[in-house]
Amino acid sequence: MTVKYTKDHEWIRVEGDTATVGVSDYAQHQLGDVVFVELPDVGRTLAQGKEAAVVESVKAASEVFAPASGEVTEVNADLEGEPAKVNSGAETDGWFFRMRLSNPAELDGLMDAAAYKDYVEGLQ
Amino acid sequence: MRYLPLTEADRHAMLAAVGVSSVEDLFRDVPSAARRSGPVEGLPNHAGELEVERQLAAMAGRNIPAGSVPSFLGAGAYRHHVPATVDHMVQRGEFLTAYTPYQPEISQGTLQVLFEFQTQVALLTGMDVANASMYDGATACAEAVMMANRITRRKKAVLSGGLHPHYRDTTKTDAHFIGFDVVAMPAAPKGGEDLMAQVDADTACVVVQNPDVFGHVRDYTALARMCQAKGALLIVVVTEALSLGLLTPPGEMGADIVAAEGQSLGNALSFGGPYVGLFAVKEKYVRQMPGRLCGQTVDADGRRGFVLTLSTREQHIRREKATSNICTNAGLCALAFSIHLSLLGEEGFTNLARLNHAKAVQLADRLSGVKGVEVLNDAFFNEFTVTLPRDAAEVVEELAKRRILGGVPASRLFAGELPEHLILAATETNTDSDMDALTKALAEVL
Repeated sequence: MTVKYTKDHEWIRVEGDTATVGVSDYAQHQLGDVVFVELPDVGRTLAQGKEAAVVESVKAASEVFAPASGEVTEVNADLEGEPAKVNSGAETDGWFFRMRLSNPAELDGLMDAAAYKDYVEGLQ
Repeated sequence: MRYLPLTEADRHAMLAAVGVSSVEDLFRDVPSAARRSGPVEGLPNHAGELEVERQLAAMAGRNIPAGSVPSFLGAGAYRHHVPATVDHMVQRGEFLTAYTPYQPEISQGTLQVLFEFQTQVALLTGMDVANASMYDGATACAEAVMMANRITRRKKAVLSGGLHPHYRDTTKTDAHFIGFDVVAMPAAPKGGEDLMAQVDADTACVVVQNPDVFGHVRDYTALARMCQAKGALLIVVVTEALSLGLLTPPGEMGADIVAAEGQSLGNALSFGGPYVGLFAVKEKYVRQMPGRLCGQTVDADGRRGFVLTLSTREQHIRREKATSNICTNAGLCALAFSIHLSLLGEEGFTNLARLNHAKAVQLADRLSGVKGVEVLNDAFFNEFTVTLPRDAAEVVEELAKRRILGGVPASRLFAGELPEHLILAATETNTDSDMDALTKALAEVL
């Protein structure tokens, strides 16, 4: 199991040929209280770097981009009623969707946890 | 806000800052053939105020204002009696504003009015949520189609032949520049069109009107179900808001979005604008709704207050991903709408609607007694279509010479098609003698 991060603050956790996607703890801090999450339809084909979901906080609405290409297999329906889960558990309960990867090699271009930590520190 | 005109020195300073020597230089990129220098031919240079007033008044005198003669004009804009109270109320300093304010929460009175307006629109249309208004019915229709495209992630709209052609054209303009497909059905003065035959897997919505542009009253319940089965949304357009006092609201028929013109309440004909677009949706679609939305909340001390809500849909936050480029509303017209409707009350509104229908029935009865005139409609509200034995546009011109505004020839709306069809409206403003005059004049000119 590996977790990788994007420069746009999404994380992706790979288990076999499926992966779980969410936004990082840093991202949820920046957004503030999350009030709504728009998730992709199951079955939708996502391309790496393209818009996959929308997260809306009291301050702003932002796109969530697909960290890798593939097909959406499951979405976190809990977020519909409890979008605040993104704040309380951005990298655990607050996951957005699961996908079947079509090109796992794409993950090589992403950051691991240590590299992402350095990247975020560089932003502050 | 102070408005300070520029001095010559200001202009020179600005021109120097951008590095050009004259204002003319700023237009260098426009080909000289397309630029006019010197005075406009035939346009007199200067005239005194009194002289200008006299000249313009003489030109205006060549119009026939709908309020000064028997008028049966409708087709999307309706003459109604607006009580003097409305005009008095909208001009109060606490209310008088054209838009939603830019520092909204300080203007609690304005927000409260818009909140009441939204509530009225939602109740009238039978929908869950209404916004704080759009520019007019036609732009509301186009925005509804774009909203359906976003929700369904499809990009084809099927427009009924009973949709007002101005609404169709406004939608087509957006389609051309934004890039979606429009299938506009041919004019259907007798109905009977098969809209579902046009609906495929790429169809985002079907747009119908009630009563339609020919005045037919329709039940779209079955159509709503068929659209749902195909994953397309049903958009219902209403051009005569007063009809909602008598007819089943679109929400009860299963409409997903309602786009309507609110001019009939509180607003004068006024040469076609400014008017006020009504826009209402099912709650599950609210985040894809265009326009401003006022919400009711409580402050830190638990007192009721009003705010602009779900602003994250809007352009100042969402930028190019906003649901619409509308960052405002038709504030003053919406205010007039709400005040008029509040003065009428539910019973008064229903009674006014009944009176309109009764007037139209009376007119239809009178006209069907004129030789050669045939009423097309089985059911109508305050407007219906007749066929004449000769060109309706010519007949309307001859009626105008007799100082009667005898309806809208369909050919004017449908680019020359349906030359013998005439669309007539009757409202509470039409008297028996208006109808006598029309019936008599029509018998003469036919």
